[in-house]
Amino acid sequence: MKQPTQTRIIIAGFGGQGIVLIGNLIARGALIEGKNVTGMVAYGAEMRGGTAYATVVVSEDEIACPFVEKPDTAIVLNRPSMDKFEPAVQPGGLILVNTSLVQRDLKRMDISTIFVAATEIAQELGNLKVANLAALGAFIQHSGLLQPQSIQQAAEDLFSSKNPKLLPLNLAALKAGMHQSRFMEAVGLTGR
Amino acid sequence: MTEKILLKGNELLVEAAIEAGCRFYAGYPITPQNEVPEMMSWRMPQAGGVFIQAESEIAAINMIFGASAAGARCMTSSSSPGISLKQEGISYIAAAELPCVIVNMQRGGPGLGNIRAAQGDYFQAVKGGGHGDYHLIVLVPATLGELYDLTMHAFDYADYYRNPVMILGDGILGQMAEPVEKRPYKPILNLPPKEFVLDGCKSRPPRVIKTLYLHPADSLVRHNLHLQEKYAQIQRELCLYEEYETDDAEVVVSAYGITGRVAKGAVKAARKEGLKAGLIRPLCVWPFPAQPYQRAAQKARHFLVVEMSHGQFIEDVKLAMDCKRPTSFLGKGGGWYPMEEEILEQIRRLAGTKRKPAAKKIGKR
Amino acid sequence: MNWESVSGSSAQRRWDECAHGRPPAVATGIKRVLPDRIVFTYQGDGDLAAIGTAETIHAANRGENITIIFVNNAIYGMTGGQMAPTTMIGQWSTTTPDGRGRFGEGGPIRVCEMLSALGGVCYLERVSVSSPKDVMKAKKAIKKAFENQIAGKGFSLVEVLSMCPTDWKLSPLEALDFVNDKMKAAFPLGVFKDRQS
Repeated sequence: MKQPTQTRIIIAGFGGQGIVLIGNLIARGALIEGKNVTGMVAYGAEMRGGTAYATVVVSEDEIACPFVEKPDTAIVLNRPSMDKFEPAVQPGGLILVNTSLVQRDLKRMDISTIFVAATEIAQELGNLKVANLAALGAFIQHSGLLQPQSIQQAAEDLFSSKNPKLLPLNLAALKAGMHQSRFMEAVGLTGR
Repeated sequence: MTEKILLKGNELLVEAAIEAGCRFYAGYPITPQNEVPEMMSWRMPQAGGVFIQAESEIAAINMIFGASAAGARCMTSSSSPGISLKQEGISYIAAAELPCVIVNMQRGGPGLGNIRAAQGDYFQAVKGGGHGDYHLIVLVPATLGELYDLTMHAFDYADYYRNPVMILGDGILGQMAEPVEKRPYKPILNLPPKEFVLDGCKSRPPRVIKTLYLHPADSLVRHNLHLQEKYAQIQRELCLYEEYETDDAEVVVSAYGITGRVAKGAVKAARKEGLKAGLIRPLCVWPFPAQPYQRAAQKARHFLVVEMSHGQFIEDVKLAMDCKRPTSFLGKGGGWYPMEEEILEQIRRLAGTKRKPAAKKIGKR
Repeated sequence: MNWESVSGSSAQRRWDECAHGRPPAVATGIKRVLPDRIVFTYQGDGDLAAIGTAETIHAANRGENITIIFVNNAIYGMTGGQMAPTTMIGQWSTTTPDGRGRFGEGGPIRVCEMLSALGGVCYLERVSVSSPKDVMKAKKAIKKAFENQIAGKGFSLVEVLSMCPTDWKLSPLEALDFVNDKMKAAFPLGVFKDRQS
């Protein structure tokens, strides 16, 4: 399998699930590794209610197009996002599913999957808001896109300037997500 | 290596403006540029400058008139409907030759439109917008790095030419984040002293800043001729564009702003397929950089213009090369944006090699 | 009844949507052409008391026979929580990160009090919708504002204190308390003008 030089990611869930923070940390992690990156968030009235989503493009080369319509990777934290973005993922791509809130099987056979019960992990840690970091941990563990220490560094940088008290909890969620998740290779593809 | 910062375009604009010495900002909330007044509300006081949330865009642009007359580097920002409201003030500022920076993070129109990105205000920005014979210098960054640099340059152009400068962005440029090297501000021009500033005339003759010319009868004619001389000078001196692989190009793609960067991706992909494609991407659309188009028209068989509107920029492309080559168009207004693949499909079609099954209808998704 | 109105948008009734701040002017145009139709505007605080202050004052002063429903939630909701002309002293918003100041930003504009000085105005009342009792009162006031128009009495405006939990960063219940404790203190409820003829 050729290593893609560019990864196009969609992150989706309910408003309030911390979708933007996942995108922000991936972008900052990529920046730490010296990669090119662009990020965007669905904004304004678009983001009220329903599905919120952010997109990130990480690349070794100059990024021409910052829009993501056919992602290589989808990180879906709720059922509506799963329904909306599972069909959009490129063949051979990757989808991360928050199994706490998405209780249905995948329809696609040609994409790899990361399963993580992100909301339950967050519940065990005592704060539902860190489900996003659990999902991010799982993504970093299995996608190979960025080094875990880059994401950890990004989280430390971001929280130390904004809210240092929340850093330990978020790092715990990140770690828990890395360890309490599993990866399933696409079954509909050969030669990988 | 200088530090790289990761900010949204709107926020980066604020940092660049403050870095360039902008110390007065007035604006009124409108999506998708709300981060500008929001961030200005705390960054300006930090920098010792003034932030005012005006009661309307009309008030905001007139506050800029005053701040500029008082000698401050100043800026206002808005998005399409708000920029329409500012047009009266912009005409007055151009007439009074006051330097200032006006930012338009364009959204879908006409009317209240929507809050998605669009490029439908090209004519308004480049061909006038307000009343009378005047021109804005119009800068069109495609990346956040360019947004950072051109914002700083905008203040220099404004002061150097004593002319309002518009940064014509769009909702995507304002909302997207991309790492940028935070370069310190250094003037790119030898800036003249501001000998028009109204700061009290205790030890000098009084000055007047005005836009009304009634006496003598030909005073407005002379003022207009003076403005036209200045515009001609700007046209001679200011020519900003990126040219990519145009030397042997048979199909030359042209686009500006956010569509320009997507078009570049498509041209790169076309080259990988062995197609002789090139790109001309203006960074300034008034004055319009005609030279690269004239050069390219000598060899190219076909031009392709891509924009997020129904064909405004294309008129300047055709004029720049005296309509020497057939020019195709890919574009729509109202929030549509092009993907690389769509542009590539058009390049293939124009290059006369159809390698994939029939293309979808242009612009339809 | 066949409705014609200005601002907002709805598919069923024939609403007319116009530029931010301009509804009283557009409503003036409609009402003068079609004086037997009921014309009302539905406007927020930024619309009515910032960008559209001039239109509001002059429509009121002309005594235009229209009804204005003015929703005051002390913040800009559509654009995501910036200062409104009715934001209260000390109140946080995304453009007053240290709270609104009496100087620099200025205090909240009390629209009913301000308009009560104008001769063309027929009826002004400020109501709230933060309790069932308040809702009933609001309903009465709004009904009266329309009856005035039908009777040809002139300009009527009902200011409705309203919630914006999202941009106030409060839960819906806390938002009710915010209206009852803070907003009613800054914006006293009551009838500010009631001209009978």
